[in-house]
Amino acid sequence: MSLAECRSAGALEVKFVPDEDVLRHIADDAGIKVQKGKNQLIANPKRFVKKLEAISDDEAQEVLEEKSYVAVLGVCGEESMTNGSSVGGGEVYTFQTPKRSNKMAELASELAQTPGQSAVPDPSKCPEKTAKTPQSSKRSSSSQVQQKTKKNEFVSTTPYRLRKRLAAPDAQLESESEYSASCSEEEEGEEAQKEVSTVLSHQKTPAKTKAVSTPPSRKTLTKKKDNMNDLVEEYFEAHSSSKVLTSDRTLQKLRRKRLNQQTLHDLLQKSPLAYAAEIKELNQQYESLFSKWMLQLHLGFNIVLYGLGSKHDLLEKFRTSMLQDCVHLVVNGYFPSITVKSVLNSITEEVLDHIGTFRSPLDQLEFIMKRFKEDSSLELYVLIHNLDSQMLRGERSQQILAQLSSLPSIYLIASIDHINAPLMWDQAKQSLYNWLWYETTTFSPYVEETSYENSLLVQQSGSLALSSLTHVLRSLTPNARGIFRLLAQYQLENKDNASYPGACLLFPHLFGMALLAQSQWHWHSVQVTS
Amino acid sequence: MSTRSLSKGCFVFKPSPKKRKVSRTTAYYFREGSSDLEDSELRFATCQSLQKQVKSETEQIEEELNEQLFDNLVSFLRRSHSAFQEKKTEWTCRTKSREIPTAALVLGVNVTDHDFTFRSLSEVLQNNVTPYIALLEAKDCPGIKNLMQKLLGQLMNCCIDVDSSEEEDYEHVSRSRVRCSMTTLINWYESATKRTDSETPGKKRTSSRHWQSPPVVVIFKDMESFTTKVLQDFVVISSQHIGEFPLVLIFGIATSPMIIHSLLPHSVSSLLCIELFQSLSCKDHLSTIIDKILLTTQFPLKLSEKVLQVLINIFLYHDFSVQNFIKGFQLCIVEHFHSNPLSVLCCQLEEAKRRVNSLSHNQCENVRRLPSFRRYVESQVSEKQIALLTVDSSLKEAVQKLLEDLNVYHENYFPILRCLHVFTSSLPKYPLGKQIRELHCACLENRVWETEEYESSLQLARMLNKSDLVTMLQKCVEILVSSPGREFDEIVEKLKEFLTQFQKLEEAYQERDESISPQKELQKKTNLYHLQKTLLELKESRRSKKLTKFEMLRFEVVDYIDSLVRHYLVPADHKTLHEIVYFNTASVLREHLNAAPRIALHTALNNPYSYLKSEALKSDGGSISNKAPDICIAYKLHLECGRLINLADWLEAFSTVVTAAEGPTADAASSDQVDDVIHARFIRAVSELELLGFIKPSKQKTDHVARLTWGGC
Repeated sequence: MSLAECRSAGALEVKFVPDEDVLRHIADDAGIKVQKGKNQLIANPKRFVKKLEAISDDEAQEVLEEKSYVAVLGVCGEESMTNGSSVGGGEVYTFQTPKRSNKMAELASELAQTPGQSAVPDPSKCPEKTAKTPQSSKRSSSSQVQQKTKKNEFVSTTPYRLRKRLAAPDAQLESESEYSASCSEEEEGEEAQKEVSTVLSHQKTPAKTKAVSTPPSRKTLTKKKDNMNDLVEEYFEAHSSSKVLTSDRTLQKLRRKRLNQQTLHDLLQKSPLAYAAEIKELNQQYESLFSKWMLQLHLGFNIVLYGLGSKHDLLEKFRTSMLQDCVHLVVNGYFPSITVKSVLNSITEEVLDHIGTFRSPLDQLEFIMKRFKEDSSLELYVLIHNLDSQMLRGERSQQILAQLSSLPSIYLIASIDHINAPLMWDQAKQSLYNWLWYETTTFSPYVEETSYENSLLVQQSGSLALSSLTHVLRSLTPNARGIFRLLAQYQLENKDNASYPGACLLFPHLFGMALLAQSQWHWHSVQVTS
Repeated sequence: MSTRSLSKGCFVFKPSPKKRKVSRTTAYYFREGSSDLEDSELRFATCQSLQKQVKSETEQIEEELNEQLFDNLVSFLRRSHSAFQEKKTEWTCRTKSREIPTAALVLGVNVTDHDFTFRSLSEVLQNNVTPYIALLEAKDCPGIKNLMQKLLGQLMNCCIDVDSSEEEDYEHVSRSRVRCSMTTLINWYESATKRTDSETPGKKRTSSRHWQSPPVVVIFKDMESFTTKVLQDFVVISSQHIGEFPLVLIFGIATSPMIIHSLLPHSVSSLLCIELFQSLSCKDHLSTIIDKILLTTQFPLKLSEKVLQVLINIFLYHDFSVQNFIKGFQLCIVEHFHSNPLSVLCCQLEEAKRRVNSLSHNQCENVRRLPSFRRYVESQVSEKQIALLTVDSSLKEAVQKLLEDLNVYHENYFPILRCLHVFTSSLPKYPLGKQIRELHCACLENRVWETEEYESSLQLARMLNKSDLVTMLQKCVEILVSSPGREFDEIVEKLKEFLTQFQKLEEAYQERDESISPQKELQKKTNLYHLQKTLLELKESRRSKKLTKFEMLRFEVVDYIDSLVRHYLVPADHKTLHEIVYFNTASVLREHLNAAPRIALHTALNNPYSYLKSEALKSDGGSISNKAPDICIAYKLHLECGRLINLADWLEAFSTVVTAAEGPTADAASSDQVDDVIHARFIRAVSELELLGFIKPSKQKTDHVARLTWGGC
């Protein structure tokens, strides 16, 4: 434990953002200090809770019941889902908890340093290493390695011990205190060296509370209670200040040019898809379900697919292999300007060959329902990619789609991706949809779904819309172009005027108006000349 | 034709008419997807018939359950209607009173079931009371105009339905062109009633079915979802005209009747003359369904404990919807017949026996593979074993016999279960559950007599008083007499004997003087807990003492019941061939009905190894290998951030991980090329996370995104 050692430890990580790292180094220790103070604070209410617990065994029973419920419902089939599925709902996405600002870099370096690709050839050992020892043991100095690993271990396991200690204050007291004493000694040594910077970093880093890795499977009753309590504190801690501490670096400073859609696409084409074989295997597994889906569709159920990865290709495959001989409708929910009206329109116009307009989508829906009820030979398969997309997730659209899908001769198969997608449906809609859920985790990239220039980092060129616009504009006659220009000018002038009724008119509308005006003008001119 | 386009999002595909074949039947898909091709047609037919049977049965049950409620409603209509007819004659009454008769129908929170109730209600009314019924839903009526339009449309259409053919041209005014106002409604009503009145002789049957000047019934299916304005306007407007035509409102209410007063101000609600009706609670409804469908021998398919538990849990914890429960049961039927080739034998006994004879060799092999059948074979003598395993005909014979056994087992099981339920449902604290379904689950799960709960309930049963015991025994006798089981004569005899013994005991008591009465007195006044305590004490102290006659008899009764339970309530999975009639893959049901999409996402992101079986991804605990798919790494990194995420940091971290994963060679050649690829991969991962709803763009700080989820490491 000396200055030299500390330096060499720093030197070990110089290759990755040295300044940050030194700060981190100190910050860790500071974090621990703060945390220790907090522990003692928490310990008191804990005991109080303990007493309460003894009084009300009702509550405990409730927890037990809940547990058995989770055991019945939460833990899924043993065959398809393994480890993670034992996660109860509450643990998956909970409240906000405070995070340290440079935690991400830390994890990144940790992940990056995991052996498993270069140093250690033994594959059976590597997973263990990934988790436990985030240091590659290249150094010869044994004492240093020892210190290093010790420190790391301390960092990554603190929250565990914190919880354990809270759960059983007496049992572990002795060993615990011994351990932390040795650590604080170490800290003191270091602190003496870098007092000033500690003070600085102290303010910068709020207490560290979250473990780098907490396997969610290990859970006991008491621990659950602890979690609850921690959660409450963490929640308020996280919401105590509205300021968010993040670094001020921007992408510009990285001197990375913004990519546009085309180059992005090209680049991604070049890089090979990881785990293609495994993904293919997964897909084959799902493809074997196709005829079962057809059966269940025919029996009056509708099918919804969920899980990570694009389901576009899977559904497309389903379409080409099963639906070739049937009338079917494909709806790209991710298409930026799709509306439920266009879905209904394509059913009435193209499937039912109806010419005419409707006053409202409800009328249109009624018409469709009537036609399908009258003519039992009519059958329609509807495939919706991304039923939960921005444009379709509205209450009214979902209501209409649900009513459509409740028709016995309309078979709906849809995919959802958003984590909160099921919130779109209340009981009534859900029973109209009559879903059967199928998990189809494909891990395929969402190529189609993210291709419509709505991504965060892609240069917002608008070139797509612009090029299509110029295309249409060119096809107009000079007169119509002039009218369109007038209209557009008027539109732009009034765009901030709240009372202007046409504030939300879109380009297509304007085009339509321009064309209409032109044709009328044309008619007029014909009359004049004759 | 491709479905990728920049200009439209909907694509219709129509096969050319001559290419269009006769569309494939459901049976075709049943066969295609089936795991085993054996007897698939027969299986499908059995499945369909069973489904139909279940459907009609449930509908009938529901009708029976609703009968009482509908009777009440009809009599309410009659009363309000007679009031109208009286009023009609008296001009003064007519101008004075403006109250609309209203029935508030409290239906409970299981909104999905209401549809069926309303449909049968309108059917009942249509058949017995009035042809003029309008069913309104909130989603169709955003404004009073739409409501009136909908109302008129439904009323005028139903009018056509009644006196059909001949006057089609008369009513064929497009309803959108009719001005939708109350006056139109009244005019229409007058002309409609006049018409039916005038042509009395010809149209006698329609008018006799309905009442004189039938009321107009307007049903608001989901009153809570209507906007207050619409409801208020409608009530006020129609109250102006109540004297001119008989209007009755029915509000369907899911929460509590108080909602009427919170939705409508006093001035409006005073225009209504409300009467309250309560439908049967959904829990009772479910109990009846379980009782009539699952706890009978009528339907060959049975549910195993786990499956039933899943269905009941979905009901209790999620929706209270009986319809969904039935839907789940229907899914069980399909799954069972679809996945199990031997389910062809899952039908009525005689039919099953016939089918056994025509089993193919493959099917026989399937039988031999059943674990329960293997156990059975092992218990046989060796010659028999060989015969069963090699000769198909002897196997078929055995299967027939076993199926018969299984049938007998079920015939005995349910009545005895009911008898046991009679006992356990009256014990304090219900150690074996209050509902018969809980008892059923307990019995299916394992040997019920080995459980602690059973032990304690026997203890409690040994402390029952005489009058309770006697009534229970009588109930048991009733159950057993009415059930078709063959072996029950003996049991009934025995129970009756117990009853007469109790009778005698009573007579004997009356002769004796009441020496132990003070003790009895004491027991009567205390509550059950103290009773139990004192009795236990008494038991301790009286260990050596001689039991009274009554106590002896009581012990005997309880022991007898215990022996019945041990004999008849053996769990089904101890029975040979139970796989044929029991559906037991609960996981399938849970996956399809009660899926957890968030957990699936969470698992995929945190532990990709559970899906992608690649060695490189293998890791323990909560950590993740750095070779994981890009989205997993980006996700894992973003978990370490607070509310806002700096994209630059994120990219930096991401590229650190990814370059490390690619090995030192990539490091050495860290050209712009590589960087761009990583950059692109990062962009893809981030936009995928955005699509999944983990982050969203933020304007708070440059190059930052906001996080939308918490926890989940």
